[in-house]
Amino acid sequence: MTVSQTSFGSHKPVLEIKDLTVKYRGDTRSTTAVDRVSFSIGTGEIFGLAGESGCGKSTIANAIMRLLRDPAEIAGGSIRFGGKDVLAMGQEELRRFRWQDVAMVFQSAMNSLNPVMTIGDQIVDIYTTHAGYTRKESLRRAAELLELVRIDPARLTSYPHQLSGGMRQRAVIAMAVALKPSLLILDEPTTALDVVVQQEIMAQIKELQRELGFSVLFITHDMSLMVELSHRMAVMYGGRIVETAKARDIHAAPLHPYTQALMGAFPPLTGPRVPLTGLADGVKFSNIADVQEVTPGHFVSPLPVLQGASS
Amino acid sequence: MSRHSDTAALEVKGLVKDFHSGGLFSRASVRALGGVDLAIRKGEIVALVGESGSGKSTLARCIARLEKPTEGQIRLNGTDVLKRDRFQASREYRSQLQMVFQDPFGSLNPVHRIEHFLTRSLTLHGKAGTPAQLRTRLDELMTTVGLTPDMLNSYPHELSGGQRQRVAIARALAVEPEVILADEPTSMLDVSVRIGILNLMRKLRDEQGISMLYITHDLASARYLADRIAVMFAGELVEEGESLDLMANPTHPYTRLLVSAVPDPARTGSYDPRERAALRAAVMESASCAFDGDPQQRCSATEPVRHRVGDPANEHWVRCHLYRPPATAASHALSAEPLDALPEDKASA
Repeated sequence: MTVSQTSFGSHKPVLEIKDLTVKYRGDTRSTTAVDRVSFSIGTGEIFGLAGESGCGKSTIANAIMRLLRDPAEIAGGSIRFGGKDVLAMGQEELRRFRWQDVAMVFQSAMNSLNPVMTIGDQIVDIYTTHAGYTRKESLRRAAELLELVRIDPARLTSYPHQLSGGMRQRAVIAMAVALKPSLLILDEPTTALDVVVQQEIMAQIKELQRELGFSVLFITHDMSLMVELSHRMAVMYGGRIVETAKARDIHAAPLHPYTQALMGAFPPLTGPRVPLTGLADGVKFSNIADVQEVTPGHFVSPLPVLQGASS
Repeated sequence: MSRHSDTAALEVKGLVKDFHSGGLFSRASVRALGGVDLAIRKGEIVALVGESGSGKSTLARCIARLEKPTEGQIRLNGTDVLKRDRFQASREYRSQLQMVFQDPFGSLNPVHRIEHFLTRSLTLHGKAGTPAQLRTRLDELMTTVGLTPDMLNSYPHELSGGQRQRVAIARALAVEPEVILADEPTSMLDVSVRIGILNLMRKLRDEQGISMLYITHDLASARYLADRIAVMFAGELVEEGESLDLMANPTHPYTRLLVSAVPDPARTGSYDPRERAALRAAVMESASCAFDGDPQQRCSATEPVRHRVGDPANEHWVRCHLYRPPATAASHALSAEPLDALPEDKASA
């Protein structure tokens, strides 16, 4: 399939994924985790990828970063970043590509900090390794970086355990944008955090995004959060994209029954209580067809075959 | 609110829980619950919301008798159960109050069939009857929670997360409890099946008159399911009221911070960082009520009392010195005074 999607605004796409297929090979059978997925992200655009556990959204993120290891393998399709073929990159090129071009923040990234190194040393490490700055220059930049995410630069000498979970997550985000990447991948960046901290982190990301102008691939299962933050979004189910459109349009009028169920899982915060239904246990969609454009910029997979609900 | 009666099914009074901290010989302790008063009427769902560390799970564990409270009362249908069963919960208590836990993957033993869990509950509480009666009851339980009787022969691993949580609810229902404590029952489930579990809980309230304490950090689901919401902060209830009213008019700085942080696709404006910083400062000031012994602090000078917020029908109150009743309506003049209709505040006792 070829879905040429207009990216947000008139900008050139930063990332273009076409017919990406990822398989997990087993001894006797293999599982297709990502099945012919196509989307693109424009410059300065926040693109959301929504779906439940196991739908393949994190596999896509790992494929972009070329982090997939056996038994996972990219079985088809292409990933182009700024015109370059990511899948054809050599080791040295990949090393530059990660961090400098694309940075990723994982779900429990705050636990990925080295517990026996100070925050400052860990940031200095990035600058000396990837940008070749002197230690003094790196320290100065590290202090700036912490200020950017509103952490007191005095914290440079703190160890990770001396910071709260929210502060650690902000430090990790600061480290991700240290080399001014043009794409930031956020894989469930706030799932392990309390709602107040989550709001602050998201506000921080938006602010950084406005300031530094990078694009964002934002992965979450929380539709409310996604609609609030993203410009455009795609909904995934069983490795396939079932619907993609501007986030506001999906919120206002989700077309695919799965998107509707996912939206219905988040009760509104205002207005009268309306009964919601969600997705019944055991309902499965299969043979999801390629998405088709129904209104400008709104793509949806034609109505699938419903397999009987068990309850 | 004619759906539920006015008598409390479960009532917690002045519940205090201190956890020992420090070394073996240390006498230091951390106060996890600082005198909680909470009542749940018959056939009512009360949501207890707060962030991690606020003490909401400690309160649930105390009510479930998994922790021994340091002080206070837990009254079930008027009986002080801490006095009645001094050391651990009696079988009688367990037959009146059941729990549903967060993790449906860990709460069902993988080596047994579904039938085993339900039969065991029924037998232990003497509700099994004859084999034929048992069979009817098992089928009935499965149907009630939206599963088919043939799933009785399944093992837990054959069921999805949502189906497993339904089994956990069926197991709780087997003993015909009056109150169910549900501690984050949906937070480990896939988002699309969460609402189904909430709808089931609502059905049990409406059809069987079961009272529930729904513990969650998800305010949107609390608003959807619960009749009333109680907000917990630093081991104390700081605000409580009819769900829609509380979400529409959050009054305590902490509640306002919490409500404004919930992601809302319908939100149009962006957050004002200064406004949020001010809210945070107010929250810290109100927190000093509980933590700071400094007499200079206005908040620490006396314990805050409960102030009524808005229409009395909404039973909305807030516990904070920072609360200033709006001067406009004459009817609000009342609010400046402590509420006598409410349970006695522990400070004034």
